[in-house]
Formats: sequence, C-alpha cells, structure tokens
Amino acid sequence: MSTISTPAAPGSFRYQLASFWSDFSASRGALVGLIFIVFILLVALFAPWVAPHDPAMQDRAALLVPPVWHAEGSWNYILGTDAVGRDILSRLIFGARYSLSISAMVVVISMGVGIFLGLLAGYFRGWIETVITRVMDVVLAFPSLLLALGLVAILSPGLTSAMIAIALVQLPYFVRLTRAAVIGEKNREYVIASRLSGAGHLRLMFNTLLPNCMAPLIVQATLSFSTAILDIAALGFLGMGVQPPTPEWGAMLANAREFMGSAYWAVTFPGLIILLTVLMINLMGDGLRDALDPKMKRS
Amino acid sequence: MFKFFLIKLAQLVPTFIGVTIVAFAFIRLLPGDPILLMAGERGISAERYAQLESQMGFDRSLVVQYLDFLKGLLHGDLGNSLVTHAPVMDEFMSRFPATLELSLFALAFAVIIGLPAGVLAAVKRGKTLDHTIMGVSLTGYSMPIFWWGLLLIMLFSSTLGWTPVSGRISYMYFIEPVTGFMTIDSLIAGDWGAFLSALHYLILPSIVLGTIPLAVIARQTRSSMLEVLGEDYVRTARAKGLSNFRVIMVHTLRNALISVVTVIGLQVGLLLAGAILTETIFSWPGIGKWMIDAISRRDYPSVQGGLVLIAFIVMIVNLLVDLAYGVINPRIRH
Repeated sequence: MSTISTPAAPGSFRYQLASFWSDFSASRGALVGLIFIVFILLVALFAPWVAPHDPAMQDRAALLVPPVWHAEGSWNYILGTDAVGRDILSRLIFGARYSLSISAMVVVISMGVGIFLGLLAGYFRGWIETVITRVMDVVLAFPSLLLALGLVAILSPGLTSAMIAIALVQLPYFVRLTRAAVIGEKNREYVIASRLSGAGHLRLMFNTLLPNCMAPLIVQATLSFSTAILDIAALGFLGMGVQPPTPEWGAMLANAREFMGSAYWAVTFPGLIILLTVLMINLMGDGLRDALDPKMKRS
Repeated sequence: MFKFFLIKLAQLVPTFIGVTIVAFAFIRLLPGDPILLMAGERGISAERYAQLESQMGFDRSLVVQYLDFLKGLLHGDLGNSLVTHAPVMDEFMSRFPATLELSLFALAFAVIIGLPAGVLAAVKRGKTLDHTIMGVSLTGYSMPIFWWGLLLIMLFSSTLGWTPVSGRISYMYFIEPVTGFMTIDSLIAGDWGAFLSALHYLILPSIVLGTIPLAVIARQTRSSMLEVLGEDYVRTARAKGLSNFRVIMVHTLRNALISVVTVIGLQVGLLLAGAILTETIFSWPGIGKWMIDAISRRDYPSVQGGLVLIAFIVMIVNLLVDLAYGVINPRIRH
C-alpha cells in the first residue's frame, strides 16, 4: 500500500506517521488547507509586528476610506477603513487572534470533557451510560445556535461565556463518537489481555482504549474547530459574543452592517476571512478523514 | 414496525422531560428580576412587588412552579408574554408559519440543486466537473450565512435592485392570514400580484438559509452514490446490458437515496438554527427573530415556551426521520 522509502518497521509509530503523511499529502486540498492554517496562525501569533496599524487607533481624517485599488484609496490603509477610521486589515489580523484562540479553547474543552464522558459511558455501560446519553440527547434537541444564545444570555455576553456556550453545544458529538468507538474496541483481544494482566479501570480507559479510539475524534476536532469559528462569529454578529470595540470578525460585520450601501469593503473582508479560514480547516479535515479512516479511503 | 415506533416514542419521553427542565431552569438562571424589569424605570413599591410575585407564582417553591409549568404545558398553556401579555402559545403559533414557509422553500432549493449536483459529481468522479461541484459545496458548507445574506443584499437589492431587502410581502398588499403561509394565503385570496410579491420576498432568504443544507445534501448524495456504484447488484445491472442512464437513475440513485433522505431530515435542526440568523438579516417575522427579541428583552415566559416548542419540533422531526429510515431500509429495524 505504501511506497515510503523510510526503513521504519511496520507498526512502529514512525511508520504510522509516515503512512499517515503520505495519505494526507496525497490530497492537494488538504495540503493547501494546512499551509493556509499555518500561515494564519503565524499572522495571529505575530499580529503586533505584522499589522500595519494599531487595531484600535481611530484616524479621524480617514473615515470609510476605500481599499487601495480604488482611486480614493491609499497604501496606508490597504483594505480601507471603517466608520470611525480604523484600519480594517489590522483589525482582521488582530481578530484572527480572538477567533482562533477562542475556537481552539472550545475544541479543547468540549473534546476533553466529551472524551471523558464518552469513555465513562462506553466503558461502564449501565445507568451511567443511560444518564450521559440522555443528557446529550437533550442538548441535541435544541438548535445549537439557540442554545448557545440562551447560555450567553444567562452568563452575560462576552468572550468567556461565548466560549463555554459553544463548547457545550459541541459536546454531544465528542461523547457519542467516543462512546461508539469504546464499545467497538472494548471486547477486542488486546483489551482483554490488558485486563487479564491486571490493568485497572483508569489504565484500561485512558491507556489501552483511548489511543485506539482517537482517529474519528481527531477528524471531529477539526470539524468542531471550523464550526466554533462560525458560531463565535455568529454570536459576535448578533451582539452576544465578543463585545466591540474588540476586533472580532463577527462583531466587525455587525458594526459594518449599517454602512452596507456606502462601504462594501467594511462588510466584505471580515466575512471573506471567516469563509476562507473555515473553508481551509474543512479542506484539511477532509484530508485527515481520508488519511485516518480506512473505511472512507476508497471514496 | 409498530413496535419499532413505540420504542422510539418511549425513548423520547425522558429527553422531552429533560428539555422541559432545561427550559424551566433557563429562565430562572437568566440575570435580572422579571418583576423589576416589568416595573421599568419608575420602580415599584414593596406591597405591589409582593402582590405581583404571588400573582405570577414566583413566591412558590421551584418544584411546585415546575410541576405547574408541566401541567400548563400538557394543556397547551405556556403562560403569557411579559411584553405583549398575549399567550406565548399564540405568539409562537402566529409566527411559526413564517419560519416554516421560509424553511420549506430553503429545503426545496437545497434539494432541487443539491441532489442532481451530487449525482453528477458521482457519475463524473475524478473529472473537473466533480472537483468543481465538490469545491463549490465545500465552500457553501463553510459559509458564514449572516455574511452571505449581507453580500446577496448588497448585490441583488442595493446594487441591482432586483430583490427586496426585508419583510415577507410588499406593503401594497394586505393578505388575511388563513394558513399563515403568505404564498398559500395570497392564492386563497385570489390575489396573483400578492402571490408573486410573496415569492419575490422569499428568494434571497431561501437561498441564504438553503446554502448549507444544499452543500450537505450534495456531498452526501455523491458519497452514497459512489458507495452504491461499487455494489454487486449495480455490476449485475450493467452486465444485463441496461443503459447507463437506467443503471444510475433506477438501480443506484434509489438505493443511494436511503441515506440522503436521512440527511435531509436531519437538516431541520440546522434550518431552525440558521433561521435565527437569516430572519435577523432579512427582518423576517418568524420564530427565530422572535426568540432573539425575547432573549434580549428578558421575556421569560416567551423564552421558556419557545425553547420547549422548538425542541419539541426538532425531536418530532427526528423521530419521523428515524421512522422513514426504518420504512425504506428494513435492515435497520431490529
């Protein structure tokens, strides 16, 4: 199957990694996605050095300046300025910090809690499983954005509450996937062997079962990451997420909305960067799924 | 089949009770005192406060309040809105048809374009057409729809002037609500102009709301078509010398549709979530916009009732999808 020239022994971690990489990089889309994500991560990380202006600086002499390719545009403000004279490019660059870090936290929280609950449910079965799956069903019965909105209203609008709300909404997917994977693996020989040699519950759950259930969870994590970016932006757009004047992408869109008729750039660019980021993460996710999930490999 | 239905229905009961608990707990956790909120800036005397408190039952224990809420719910009584003082049930029901009409048009748009696109991509697998269709659907799948809506308004409404910006129908028409569906009501009234106007107002919101479901349907159709195309019975059909068209349309598509139908059904929750954003952008007078307003006004009974009803709708639709899946795919029943 694989044509790798590295002499790593089959089954070793290096062999698996190389095999994964050859499958992953076989997809051009996945590579493009990965490169874009690394690029935008670097930009976000080095935002203070990359951004041409302070994202909060208001240039009263340059309100709603169009992008550079317009006759009235200037190289000083490449993507134009917003209604109070702030540089849109700089705000987008700083906005990447918020979108990416909040979304990453969302994935960490919901994946961590989801794996834990899923392991409990799949490993112990019985009433624990019933309670956990029922609670997750309740979460799934509400449209995700509505539940997130309601939670944010309870916790008061802001960055942390948006993060918690979206993490909770994503939780059931991780729980279900982990539970299903654990049930599938639980009676395999290596697990029984490990139990017979005296491994305790915790060791069986986290050391034996979990590593063998990771593939679908990693794919779900990328999906979650892109959904989180969209949801954070949606909450910001509805005024319930990160609050202005923080340069969050969704909040920028909401601010620009009233100038839709006169300043298309203030609306177009924040949305475009959301779309691009989400698209690239999804491209990468598709590549990951093809490389990690042998059943999907054929199609 | 009936037993399958009963089991599924019984499984819903605990979930539904959970939903009512969440909705009930929800509004008691919302910050702000509803009575102080109703009193507004003028403030309120201690006696009046106590009077209102006992009138609305806020002074009783939480368990009693919850049981009271459940009892009302079973009688279709969800209390009155704090803002309009009308029954929450009536408020919901008067707006629900607007959301349903929009969602159905969006779903129709998604199916009419997504299904053939998915079939085409599967048939032309690996060709440029396949890559193009899949690229476009992944873009649609990644779309921030609130931005997509603004973009379409900027292009088609502001610049080209082809479509209206907001609302359900031109102010020139007044249609007596019968079903609550603007398109059907205008036909009942026999007003052709109003019907066209209603359609005109539906175009952009339906496209915006239908974009993500369209992408999901196209991707699902393609992958299940590819799966079925590899089956033995498809090879047999080809070996029998049937035309390519017949093999694809009859032998492959029909079997591939099983999983596609499920995916279409599962879009309902997604549509309701998307409706919140779409209705906000287009000032569409449906339940999404109503819920947002209710949350920001701290209209407790409306938020509580709306949450229960919306969750109930999602659960019922999911149950129907499960049943439909059982009917078209007998293998799942046991």
